[in-house]
Amino acid sequence: MARVVVTVPSQARRGEILQIRTLAGHDMETGFRHTQAGERIPRDIITRFACSYNGVEVFSAELHPAMAANPLIEFTTVATDSGTLEFRWSGDNGYSAAHSASIIVV
Amino acid sequence: MSVRAFRVLLLLAFAAAANAQIAPAERRSGYEDMGQATRAMQDDDAVNPATLWVLEGESLWRKKTGAAAVACADCHQDLRGAAARHPAYDAATGTLVNLEQRINQCRTVRQQAPALAYESRALLALTAYVGRQSRGLPIQVEASERTKPFLDAGRATFLRRQGQLNLACTQCHDERAGRRLAGVTIPQGHPTAYPIYRLEWQGVGSLHRRLRNCMIGIRAEPYALGSQGYVELEMYLMWRARGMPLESPGVRP
Repeated sequence: MARVVVTVPSQARRGEILQIRTLAGHDMETGFRHTQAGERIPRDIITRFACSYNGVEVFSAELHPAMAANPLIEFTTVATDSGTLEFRWSGDNGYSAAHSASIIVV
Repeated sequence: MSVRAFRVLLLLAFAAAANAQIAPAERRSGYEDMGQATRAMQDDDAVNPATLWVLEGESLWRKKTGAAAVACADCHQDLRGAAARHPAYDAATGTLVNLEQRINQCRTVRQQAPALAYESRALLALTAYVGRQSRGLPIQVEASERTKPFLDAGRATFLRRQGQLNLACTQCHDERAGRRLAGVTIPQGHPTAYPIYRLEWQGVGSLHRRLRNCMIGIRAEPYALGSQGYVELEMYLMWRARGMPLESPGVRP
């Protein structure tokens, strides 16, 4: 299940600081836990998140096993031009999720 | 002080101990005891992780399911208020059913689909979605002649000492609510926000999972999730929280 919730203002003034909040549904299995039989549960986490604004990467983050499940990433960027914001999450076992939001800058 | 006056005082003291219920005006949701950050997390759907379950529930709600190939949305426009009314008496079976069981009943009878396992992701998602529609509504479970036996059974469970620690729910959640247990404020135990995203669980869970947690804590043998014993206890807890606004799906530490 690659479900994400992204909150971006749909309109902004040029030069305004945009607050962007992203929530990705993921169990974030650390790889440090064991089953009752003693077997190690393999790591399964999101390893990278990136946001690009009209093709230019404005924010990225590397995620590690200490991150909580369903990681919430909140960041800001400056409204420059109208266009689209692309969000990408990728991780272990071929996990990938994407979302795009359009914004009008006046 | 005369002996008689002393006896009256003693009787009053006993009466207070036996009926240590929280006055309606002094009831508080666990929400009020949470930190500001956790409260903000619950209040804003954009950061409340339970939103992920709500969205999943919404897509299940619209999906045609079972041999009858009908979706929840084909019959119900919405179920606003349903979460505030359950557990409710089910006339067809003569039992008390909670929201999860009602959803499963609809699935097996109307959609002719297999029931979802209790505490499964899909059932939690649907419950969270239906619960979200009742957010802000006062809890109003039916307290009548026909629900009385269940309510009484739930109250009896709440008041009964059990487990190796020999504790009753009422001892913590009525008599010692608001005091501290290992650095944490003991909540009054009102089920106002279920299903909840519990940070400790890193996921959404039902009230029965929480009750199981408490029973393991007092070293009692927990019931099976979705069992009659839990539904009766749920009925009593919802009756105890009657009139309090529903917060589903809530966030709890």
